[in-house]
Amino acid sequence: MLRTRLRGVTFTDIVVWLIGLIIFVGMIWGSIATIRLGKYSASTWTDLIVTGLALGGVYALIALGYTLVYGILRMINFAHSEVFMSGAFTATFAATGLMNIGWWDRMPILSLLIVLAVAALVSATVAFLVERIAYRPLRNAPRLVPLITAIGASFFLQYTFRGLYGSGLKGYPEMAIFKGEVVFFGIRFFKTQLVVIIGAILMMLILYSIVQYTKIGKAMRAVSEDKDTAALMGIDVDRTISTTFVLGGASAGIAGILYLILFPVAHFFMGFIPGLKAFTSAVLGGIGNVPGAFLGGIILGLLESVGPSLFLDGLGIPAAYQLKDAIAFTVLVFILIFRPSGILGERLTETKA
Amino acid sequence: MAILVIKDLTKRFGGLQALSKINLEIEKGSIHSIIGPNGAGKTTLFNCITGFYVPDEGDIIFDGRNIAGLPTDQIVRCGIARTYQNIRLFKNMTAIENILVGMHPHLRSGIIGGILRDPRTRKEEQEALQEARRLLQLVNLQGRGDTLAKNLPYGEQRRLEIARALASRPKLLLLDEPTAGMNPKETLEMMNFIRNLRNTLGITIVLIEHQMRMVMGISERITVLDFGEKIAEGTPKEIQSNPRVIEAYLGRGAASGLGVQAQPAA
Amino acid sequence: MVCPPFLLSLRKIWRSALIGGGVALLLALVGMVETFHSRSVINNVVSVGQVLFLFPVWYATYVSLRQMSEERKKVMIASFTAGIAGSLPLVLLLLIGAGINLRAMFVNASPALYKILTFGQNLWPGVLVLIVVNVLVTLTAGLLLQLSSRWQRALIQGFLWLFIAGLMRDLILTVTNRWGPLAGVVQFFFAANGLTPLGAVLLLAIVIGLAFWPRRQAESQPANSRARWIVLGSIALILLFLPQILGPFFSEILDNVMMYILMGLGLNIVVGYAGLLDLGYVAFFAIGAYTMGILTSPELNAHPLTYWQALPFAMVIAMISGVILGLPVLKLRGDYLAIVTLGFGEIVRLLVLSDWLRPWLGGTQGIQLIAQPKIGNLTLQSQVQLYYLFLAWVVVVVFIAWRLKDSRLGRSWMALREDEDVARAMGINHVTTKLLAFATGALFSGISGTIFAAKLTSVYPHSMNFLVSINVLALLILGGMGSIPGVFVGALVLIGAPELLREFAEYRYLVYGALLVAMMLYRPEGLWPEERRKLELHEEEFVESTSVAAETE
Repeated sequence: MLRTRLRGVTFTDIVVWLIGLIIFVGMIWGSIATIRLGKYSASTWTDLIVTGLALGGVYALIALGYTLVYGILRMINFAHSEVFMSGAFTATFAATGLMNIGWWDRMPILSLLIVLAVAALVSATVAFLVERIAYRPLRNAPRLVPLITAIGASFFLQYTFRGLYGSGLKGYPEMAIFKGEVVFFGIRFFKTQLVVIIGAILMMLILYSIVQYTKIGKAMRAVSEDKDTAALMGIDVDRTISTTFVLGGASAGIAGILYLILFPVAHFFMGFIPGLKAFTSAVLGGIGNVPGAFLGGIILGLLESVGPSLFLDGLGIPAAYQLKDAIAFTVLVFILIFRPSGILGERLTETKA
Repeated sequence: MAILVIKDLTKRFGGLQALSKINLEIEKGSIHSIIGPNGAGKTTLFNCITGFYVPDEGDIIFDGRNIAGLPTDQIVRCGIARTYQNIRLFKNMTAIENILVGMHPHLRSGIIGGILRDPRTRKEEQEALQEARRLLQLVNLQGRGDTLAKNLPYGEQRRLEIARALASRPKLLLLDEPTAGMNPKETLEMMNFIRNLRNTLGITIVLIEHQMRMVMGISERITVLDFGEKIAEGTPKEIQSNPRVIEAYLGRGAASGLGVQAQPAA
Repeated sequence: MVCPPFLLSLRKIWRSALIGGGVALLLALVGMVETFHSRSVINNVVSVGQVLFLFPVWYATYVSLRQMSEERKKVMIASFTAGIAGSLPLVLLLLIGAGINLRAMFVNASPALYKILTFGQNLWPGVLVLIVVNVLVTLTAGLLLQLSSRWQRALIQGFLWLFIAGLMRDLILTVTNRWGPLAGVVQFFFAANGLTPLGAVLLLAIVIGLAFWPRRQAESQPANSRARWIVLGSIALILLFLPQILGPFFSEILDNVMMYILMGLGLNIVVGYAGLLDLGYVAFFAIGAYTMGILTSPELNAHPLTYWQALPFAMVIAMISGVILGLPVLKLRGDYLAIVTLGFGEIVRLLVLSDWLRPWLGGTQGIQLIAQPKIGNLTLQSQVQLYYLFLAWVVVVVFIAWRLKDSRLGRSWMALREDEDVARAMGINHVTTKLLAFATGALFSGISGTIFAAKLTSVYPHSMNFLVSINVLALLILGGMGSIPGVFVGALVLIGAPELLREFAEYRYLVYGALLVAMMLYRPEGLWPEERRKLELHEEEFVESTSVAAETE
């Protein structure tokens, strides 16, 4: 048995494994070196961890859109990063408007709800439109075609919003009730981080329940398993797919607000990098898998936040924070090469002939 | 003399036992059919032989060599070629190009030859083209060589796939449901064609088939699979009257002379 | 209540017109209407901007009316009402914009825009004028449909050429002004901005006349190679003298186009032949440029090499990096392959940008003082001179790509693209075949990078971003994946156009995005699709090549 399994291993597989091993060893070495140096105090580490958790929560929510769409259509919705951006950017205007009329400070909860609603609505609408216009007609096309369409849609949306709202940066107003810090169990949280973490957990629970327990969630899962059979069972496949996009879009919009709470600047390009990282999270956790998106998001957030200080610094790399995005991309590359099914994903059996 | 010997072949997919301890021998130069209800494991068997799947247990000995677990590109160099249940031609390439790809193992020119078109490469390409044209003629597709594969009618696509398989000069040809979707007349033509192939080229042919007319009319030996196990093997006459086979196809209780009528060999 | 069928089709027409109006609204809010308003199609009569906000309604109405099979009167009623429906989005914009300051959010909802939309009138007369104009526009759609399809085609072609002529006025005049008598004739058509009204009418008449010219039967492509060589020869001649024909201004643009043609030919092999979607393609361009920079710049090098000395190194390193990228992604397909290559491209960019590698790669400053190629005593540094260097490389690369296409390797690539599992079962070694594709693609891109570096005598990490990869991909899609002439078409349109229409540059990626989607929806094979060579029939019996294109429908 071993003999036949080894038969499939080629020289290239060995080379790739070797490179992977080197990088992994480098990570461990760097971590050990940093810890030995003792350069960072415990509180710095906890700060970084908390930041990572908050970041991870945002990624997780955006990742949900990717994972749901991939599960149901087996395609990467490149335009999802712009779905995220559209809600966040538009909501910034709403927030500024609320600030101008004084509601922002006097009625913060209401304002927050309004802003969340605006973001979710806009993102959901954009996601819905993209599916209807660009993806639905191409459902049966060869693989390369929807992929290119998605890339095109992504660019189109980016630059449309640039045209609509301008190419400048728009500040997201700070909310008075979120200013400052709290301390729980000796760990320091910025109030913004706390809000984001709680918000992300809440959204995750809500979305998980929708997918697991509602009728429409069941329909979504059925269509991801087998589109044709689901149709035969009486499920309206088109509508289910649209709902999936809407759901993913709404959660991306909400993620947008959370992101703005952490990084209060909106601009037309804000979706690209978070989108890629969210996709990485989705794959890391196991694409097509809702808890996987959550897990992947948290892990990636932690890696990105703690990583530069932990392993890169130890390896003697100056200004390691510049490479934090590179860490995320390296994780992406790693996962897709070594374990494409992700942490919680199922091994997909290949039907080749 | 057996050209292909399969010993205790087993393949599992998760909890599903697709093939259980299959033992099979294919005589050199014979036409051998594999039949069985849907899901019996026939295509899985082909996939194991041709390297698409790695078997969990068992051996596949071809021409004296154990090929179990070898990657697909090496299988063809051993001399085994196949066609596919749902026609897998290279759609956006022309018919003749499909055949030329089939000849890949026998051609030598690489990237430098391709760019420079030195005399040796040119000669090789010319000869390959001649042979491809001959193969087109063999399957009655002469004149259709420059049509894109996706634009060929169904029957011609099936024949093209066979031509492509033949291009690699195999000793063993595996045909997966070559007459699927054909009417009786076309089936008869295919039957004669396959028999001709074996007679003129001397290759061994293994078929997966559902059309009993074809199976009984052309096979020298038949193996029956059901739920991943071999349940019968023998000449067409023996198989026709085998109660287990009838039961597998028609259900329990149908075994009472309700056998399938065989067409007299044409 | 059962709606009479006419009402049902009316509702469909209104919906179409409304969507058209929505598109017009989008174009207005994005700023294209205002930006393009400064360019006229017909001087003082119609501007490009106006065409932009009127055309969508016209098109939507035309297309949906075409599906209506009603009698003439009903069609006219439909087109009339469609105009009203189509004008609604913009009317709404005007009405709302009059009261609320939309500009805080939509930066282009400015008084200048409103002025354009109302044709210079105040609010209420303006709204009326807008509606009336829309109705007139949609009425023409209805009228057009009453004519024979031959007339329809002729008229549409005529107006299309009118629009293009107005748009391309600058290019046309700059080129023809160098050619004495021709200049005079051409200038008759054009005014300071766009066409003259008289010129427009004349041009329209000419195009329509040509459309009706008795067509000779479409002959089979001249089978003899002599005719083909004549055509190829004349193209070669034109290419050779292009800088002289077009003048120095265009040589700069030509250089850019050539650079992208080189990259496009490389990506054409990776994506077009082998079907591997590499989104990190710019990395190889960067590697070629940076290698050239590192080896030839005295900034980083005590013994700098010359361009020609460094060139082989750059080529080899580019090929090796192609292999390095290819190795880990051998078993990835489709989406995953695209994302991983994107990731790689970004990793390379971040590394090049970082302070960590600054001592070797120059960090954000990049590398300066890169050598320029010298032939004997002549340093190639002007646009025109570099054009010839580019041209030489393009010829070499086209030759290689063309030869490979019909070779055993080319067929292997295509088989892998069509069906990888079956291709491997045919004996094709997917490892070497894919790696060769990556290496060749990387090589071409790297070469392009070296010339880029030499041309600018410096390299910066900011010019090596994801957008470049998208540019190359877009031009491939436009021209047709796998098609060599398609690369030229794509590059000319997508790289040339933004240069020629300055206004367009701002909206470049918006148009690219829309173009990619539109191409995939309506013409995935590209503008000049890949043609498979006829191998069974002899070259002399070369059948009309258009039949292939027809068959691929």
